[in-house]
Amino acid sequence: MVTVYQNSPGISRRDLLRRAGGAGAAAMLVVSGGAVLSVNQAWGLEVTALKPETMATLIQMARDIYPHDHVPDKYYAIAMKSYDAEMAAKETSKKDMIEAAIADLDARAGDGGYLGLGWEDDRVAVLKQIESTDFFKMVRGGLVTGLYNQKEVWPLFGYEGESYSEGGYIDRGFDDIEWL
Amino acid sequence: MAAPYDLSDENVVVIIGSGAGGGTLGNELAQKGVDVVILEAGKRIEYDEFINDEWESFGQLAWLDNRTTSGDWRVSRDFPNLPAWIVKAVGGTTTHWAGASLRFQEHEFKALTNYGSVEGANLLDWPLTLADLEPYYAKAEDKLGVTRTNGIPGLPGSNNFKVFEAGAKALGYEKVHTGRMAINSEYRDDRDACQQTGFCFQGCKWGAKWSTLYTEIPKGEATGRLEVRPESHVLKIEHGDDGKVTGVVYADTQGNLQTQKARVVCVAGNSIESPRLLLNSASNMFPDGLANSSGQVGKNYMRHTTGSVYAVFDKPVNFYRGTTMAGIIQDEAGHDPSRGFVGGYELETLALGLPFMAAFLDPGGWGRGFTTALDAYDRMAGMWIVGEDMPQEKNRISLHGELKDQYGMPIPDVYFDDHPNDIAMRNHAYRQGMAIYDAVGATRTFPTPPYPSTHNLGTNRMSEKASDGVVNMWGQSHDIDNLFVSDGSQFTTGAAENPTLTIVTLAIRQADYLAEQLSQGNL
Repeated sequence: MVTVYQNSPGISRRDLLRRAGGAGAAAMLVVSGGAVLSVNQAWGLEVTALKPETMATLIQMARDIYPHDHVPDKYYAIAMKSYDAEMAAKETSKKDMIEAAIADLDARAGDGGYLGLGWEDDRVAVLKQIESTDFFKMVRGGLVTGLYNQKEVWPLFGYEGESYSEGGYIDRGFDDIEWL
Repeated sequence: MAAPYDLSDENVVVIIGSGAGGGTLGNELAQKGVDVVILEAGKRIEYDEFINDEWESFGQLAWLDNRTTSGDWRVSRDFPNLPAWIVKAVGGTTTHWAGASLRFQEHEFKALTNYGSVEGANLLDWPLTLADLEPYYAKAEDKLGVTRTNGIPGLPGSNNFKVFEAGAKALGYEKVHTGRMAINSEYRDDRDACQQTGFCFQGCKWGAKWSTLYTEIPKGEATGRLEVRPESHVLKIEHGDDGKVTGVVYADTQGNLQTQKARVVCVAGNSIESPRLLLNSASNMFPDGLANSSGQVGKNYMRHTTGSVYAVFDKPVNFYRGTTMAGIIQDEAGHDPSRGFVGGYELETLALGLPFMAAFLDPGGWGRGFTTALDAYDRMAGMWIVGEDMPQEKNRISLHGELKDQYGMPIPDVYFDDHPNDIAMRNHAYRQGMAIYDAVGATRTFPTPPYPSTHNLGTNRMSEKASDGVVNMWGQSHDIDNLFVSDGSQFTTGAAENPTLTIVTLAIRQADYLAEQLSQGNL
């Protein structure tokens, strides 16, 4: 089971902040026990099949593939959780593939691993090296729906979604442009 | 009351498919007292069940049976198993279409004569003219309630249209308006007016957009002469020793095989499934497939020269609000070889929701170049290019050598290479489209590659001579008198216009011919 929860039980915010201080450059996410935890947004993603460090790297990788600075990590975490919940938990070969791919990513990144690279450009340079791998294609392809098809994300882009129940836009701004 | 017909009833006209061609033909024949069975592969999903959600709706309506792709088109790389975005449901792709309803231009019916021989293209003149079709176009426009015809007012302009129109006028374009749309701008034919909901592609929940699902089909059923059988996937057309077709074998709702006898069979499964079915119906007498003495079944696959141009502005547009395609520029639609290509193209407004924009803006793209475009989603405007593409023999639907569907029939492979004329036209349209937006202050523009095909045409083409094509000017196969093609696969060439109005027009005309032939005992 993988759950995303708003408040991380058993770990105080102060505790999180302290741990985060030692977690390297990509410090917004920390690994604690079997979970990936967000320091400043108070949510956690519990992982069971993959190593939590692997999930933390996957989440950063997701952000580096589709970086939206106004979209919180939580939505990237939701997009990636299926790799733990549905895939790795059911198929050992998938789990091994993901762990190996992340180990490879870390090795390419050098001493501090992928999360140790402070600049997005440096992490992207590593991703460019693996762009043609099945692993990268799987993660990128999955994000197209995993990230952008989250209804909670749509308002962050100004997309209003379903409109029939509101009577369409005939009285709600389909022709309200003023700047032309 | 919908009429149920026996499987053994040899008097019925069987129509395969219930979209623009099949649904219209079924109603027209039923109105004339002909007994009709429509076999539709998809489910019957009424319009109140449509979903205002792009991916969920896609799962509900799209034809997702496995297909493969080949050739140099980018769709084959980005969407290898989704050559076309068309529908598997009662009403066919008329549930999904955008509603743009344009007559072909006179010169487009004589493509070979007017364009001359184009290297690598298999151009041919249609065996009919605009004058032949004009009375039927008029009937079709009335049936569909096309705006700007029959005294029906145009749709109001959305934000996306206003940007498009302002750019077009700044560039000097003159033929710019909110389109000839089969979407009610006012209450008509017992259907609501458009409420600017913005989900035209997901099926209109108001019923404001014409679809056979809630017009032709219930009207036909009300005569007691039309039965629509959903979830009935036709696998094979059978024939007798005399070479006439006698019926069809189909898999029913439970997947059991049934044989429906028929006096006439009309194929209207869209331009991938229709030739696939003819090819899969090969027999000792017709080893290359039915109606294929010319060898042209499945060939000359056309998909229109398409592409999109999106642009970002420094102020909000909210282009997803309102009728998706109610906006057109027709100044580039004519044939003017000085532009470096033959034929012409239309520019039409287009918007996608965020989920589909992410999937289609630049398939495979990632990183900030991609995401900063989506960051400006609410400041975007968009248009679609639809132009005439060249028929090429090598572009074809063929039967896959190994892969089979759930019923054991070979799946279709869709091969497509762009012709140099297609590429020249697309590049011209990209430049013009970007200039339109630049003229009103775009800060960034995106020449976006074609999506999986929505306009699938030409794979059972109409020809004067039996050696050049599959069907005659009535859509009747050259080889087998009681076998007809009733969808866009009979198009000899694609023209620059969205095809549905012409498919409906040909179906109305075919119904007249069929009823007359039946009454004279010729079929």
